[in-house]
Amino acid sequence: MLIRPKAGILDPQGVAVERALPALGFEGVHNVHIGRLVELDVSEPGRLEEMCEKLLANPLVEDYEIILDR
Amino acid sequence: MAEAATLPGVGDALALGLTRDEYELVCAKQGRVPNQVELAMYSLLWSEHCAYKHSKKLLRTLPTQGEHVVMGPGENAGAVDVGGGLVCAFKVESHNHPSAVEPFQGAATGVGGILRDIFAIGARPIAVLDSLRFGEPGPASEQRPSGPAARVRYLLEGAVSGIGHYGNSIGVPTVGGEVYFEGPYEQNCLVNAMALGLARREQLIRSAAAGPGNLLVLFGASTGRDGIGGASVLASAELGGEGEDAAKRPTVQVGDPFEEKKLLECSLELLQLGLLVSLQDLGAAGLTSSAAEMASKGEVGIDIDVARVPLREAGMEPFEVMVSESQERMLCVVEPANLQAVLRVCEKWEVGGTAIGSVTETMLVRVLDGAELVGEMPVRALVDECPLYDLHPEKPAAPIYAPPEASVALGCSHREALLALLASPNLASRRALFEQYDAIVQSRTVRRPEQADAAVLALPDGSAIAVSIDGNGRRVAADPRRGTVAAVLECAANLACVGAEPLGTTNNLNFGNPEKPHIAWQLCESVAGLAEACRALRAPIVGGNVSLYNEGSTGPIYPTPVIGMVGRLPDARRAGALAFQRAGDAIAVVGAFSPSAGAGELAKLEGRPLPDGLPEIDIQAAVATHAAVRDAVRAGSISSAHDIAEGGLAVAVAECCLAGGFGASLRVDVDVDADAGGDARSALFGEAPGGFILSGPASELEALGERVPVQLIGSVGGEMLRIDLVGCEPPDGLDAALAELQEAHAGGLAGFFH
Amino acid sequence: MKFGVLQFPGSCDEVDALGAARRVGEAELIWHGDRDLGGAEAIVVPGGFSYGDYLRAGAIARFSPAMESVIDFAAEGGLVLGICNGFQVLCEARLLPGALLPNTNLRFTFRQVELEVQAASTPFTRACSPGQLLSIPAKHGWGRYYAESHTLDAMQDAGQVVLRYAQGQNFNGSARDIAGVCNEQGNVFGLMPHPEHAVEELIGGSSDGLLIFESMRMAVAGRG
Repeated sequence: MLIRPKAGILDPQGVAVERALPALGFEGVHNVHIGRLVELDVSEPGRLEEMCEKLLANPLVEDYEIILDR
Repeated sequence: MAEAATLPGVGDALALGLTRDEYELVCAKQGRVPNQVELAMYSLLWSEHCAYKHSKKLLRTLPTQGEHVVMGPGENAGAVDVGGGLVCAFKVESHNHPSAVEPFQGAATGVGGILRDIFAIGARPIAVLDSLRFGEPGPASEQRPSGPAARVRYLLEGAVSGIGHYGNSIGVPTVGGEVYFEGPYEQNCLVNAMALGLARREQLIRSAAAGPGNLLVLFGASTGRDGIGGASVLASAELGGEGEDAAKRPTVQVGDPFEEKKLLECSLELLQLGLLVSLQDLGAAGLTSSAAEMASKGEVGIDIDVARVPLREAGMEPFEVMVSESQERMLCVVEPANLQAVLRVCEKWEVGGTAIGSVTETMLVRVLDGAELVGEMPVRALVDECPLYDLHPEKPAAPIYAPPEASVALGCSHREALLALLASPNLASRRALFEQYDAIVQSRTVRRPEQADAAVLALPDGSAIAVSIDGNGRRVAADPRRGTVAAVLECAANLACVGAEPLGTTNNLNFGNPEKPHIAWQLCESVAGLAEACRALRAPIVGGNVSLYNEGSTGPIYPTPVIGMVGRLPDARRAGALAFQRAGDAIAVVGAFSPSAGAGELAKLEGRPLPDGLPEIDIQAAVATHAAVRDAVRAGSISSAHDIAEGGLAVAVAECCLAGGFGASLRVDVDVDADAGGDARSALFGEAPGGFILSGPASELEALGERVPVQLIGSVGGEMLRIDLVGCEPPDGLDAALAELQEAHAGGLAGFFH
Repeated sequence: MKFGVLQFPGSCDEVDALGAARRVGEAELIWHGDRDLGGAEAIVVPGGFSYGDYLRAGAIARFSPAMESVIDFAAEGGLVLGICNGFQVLCEARLLPGALLPNTNLRFTFRQVELEVQAASTPFTRACSPGQLLSIPAKHGWGRYYAESHTLDAMQDAGQVVLRYAQGQNFNGSARDIAGVCNEQGNVFGLMPHPEHAVEELIGGSSDGLLIFESMRMAVAGRG
């Protein structure tokens, strides 16, 4: 699962990284957001969404994306 | 014992840091060529870090006895009696080399390690302090410096962040510390962490293993490959020692304060329930040093079965299990009847606990892998019979250290000099650092950072503990003996300012390569100064640490003894503070203060080379002054007390003004005797031990004159700091607005943190 | 009156909260694994780093057996005070609206702050007067209060914004300078600063934090 800050919420980590990149010579970088990766093996993929809603993400402030790797 | 496919040889021994002679000695003690496991263990236990090969003889000259000492050097930490049936355990340790590699984790695990030393003797950790030294950070105005200055800022930010992360998360307040920036630390930064703990006297536990037949239980985090790095040359051929697999062996130890918090509570509960025979934490050299040292102290043998150690990674070889420096682990000795109870307590705190071995009568450390014996070494050979080396000190014929780079013009005005000093990285406000630390958890903190010269922690009976950590590299480089005496006296002076009398001392000696005669000279002289000062103060050494070989391609660090001192004051409500409190209060210089410019902060900013030697110090006079200041603070008869340290009198007064938000008007005598170094600059900014700035009612300050020299120099008030120099023709002095001083002081370090 | 102070693996300030509560009544620690709240008439969810702040601050603690009992306790009108990490746990448990995010300066910051009382009639602030300034230490890295605009407006109207950082005191970027909020019923209250560390001048520099514990005592006494 990829968990990202919801659009519109201030992401100071993303801002800090976006500011640091040009100083290292990387120009033209925008929209940096820092999120979390949760990797797991699961026997019931159908329950992943519930897992995200209940524990892995805070739906008030985070969006999540489930990527299945069969 | 099963034959290993190939035994390691001399080349491996050298790669592990043993000398050829040491290797021959190992072979002699083993009666044969040591195998992989054995060579790994000898190389660690016979390393400088574990065996103190070059310093042990010297350390034996330090005073370690005293009326307040409850536990002296040799255990995980020392302890002093603080009254009311309580003892205060404390110690300082370094984590210099790991911090240079990865400052966040290096500093964090440094804090973790010293905390474990405290609860390993049965005390609950109640405070942390840290002493940091880095290279020059470049001008504060430069947002993005390149080269060495950028690296310095990276190390600074990382170390402060790491200390905060670990201390805050585990719920132990970071109540004090120091940070300095000097060229010689550029390639070898210093991160020294000190911790204090509290225990009832009868709760203290020692680490000697005892009772053949008793079990060895490992509890805490699982064991991985942390810290193995250099020992990877021993990896068996199938796994390979180079290239891709070398990358799999991390050298950086990663700390987990959450795990340690659980470990701490678990350890204290096990001790409270009386379930342990002895306890030891796992630090440098992991199981190797803990097991061997426990056996040595108890004069017993130990069997360890690596197959029973809970592992974090698959396929670890026996030698890896023995040398792993995975954090947050403890080793204890338990009577078999208590094993289940011990494991239950571990389970409650969600901390893994496993019996991994036993105490024996063999006087051998035997390492097994299941049923197979994979290593066997005599305990004495491992721990007590490591060769000790004599130092060959020789005073250097020429200066070792390059003069610092100048950052103020020699002819600048006194006002400009003062502002430059207050803005300099060594003197500027440390607020940006200590705001990252929780200084109040556990509800004992009476004096927080910047409120007084020492931290003060309340005890249940209304008295309080005071603690300070102080070191000085540059002054010790100018004169190792007197510079060290000055550092010790400064630490005690800080305690006096809050009203505390010293009880005991811990020290971390940070030096270059002791095999070089000039470094050996620094070390010998410094230890002599340390011994002399501790004796005079009746504050014996209860424990400490030595970090040697701090040298890079640009040369050695300044010789840097870091002193931690713990004291006691009878009434927490009377703890001293450094801020001026009241307009109209008189200001006095208390103590025989003979300032000199050499090796001071202003001399550094002016780019002057180090002087050869420092003036003589009247230790007895300083000790008498400490007592007088301490008594005045305890009596509650004065408003503030602050010792005169870096930057001299003008800086000390400025600091009192800034803390209180008051200006001051002073008249300072300039000694017209030029031979004694008397001149305006020395009077204002010269440094020396033994002087204090006190404020309060003039009569109270004058009354101190019956005991020690007191000179009333002015009064608190207004929005300016005004100093008139008396005895100067034409008239001389300085005038600075409080707002100007504030701006310089506040801005100095803040810009280094993003 | 009896306070119950929860203790999770990783709690730091539970002992301090216990000490503060004991100045106005009796108090006991409640282990996270216990469902029994021991007859507590008010619950304190303390500060610290429960479960190491892993995943998100407070995200794991909210599921503990003790918290399940606290959720029931709150539903029945029991008083619940969440301090710092405790506030985070209450938001994760949906006992309070909004969420706590990392400070805008991305740094743990310890500072004595001034808080302005916005709602002085809650069970947690009735010993205070409207607009009173409280000097209380804050120490956290993850204290930026956030809720959607419409939620904030509704909270404002309903008197759920209990404490604000005074002018210039908001160092973490909290929306509308909000430092402490309560639920609609007014029986659950969370704040980022630490009142348990301001109960005695000698140690805390102020005893303003005691007013919150005293308010709770008054509220419970008033019901009995």
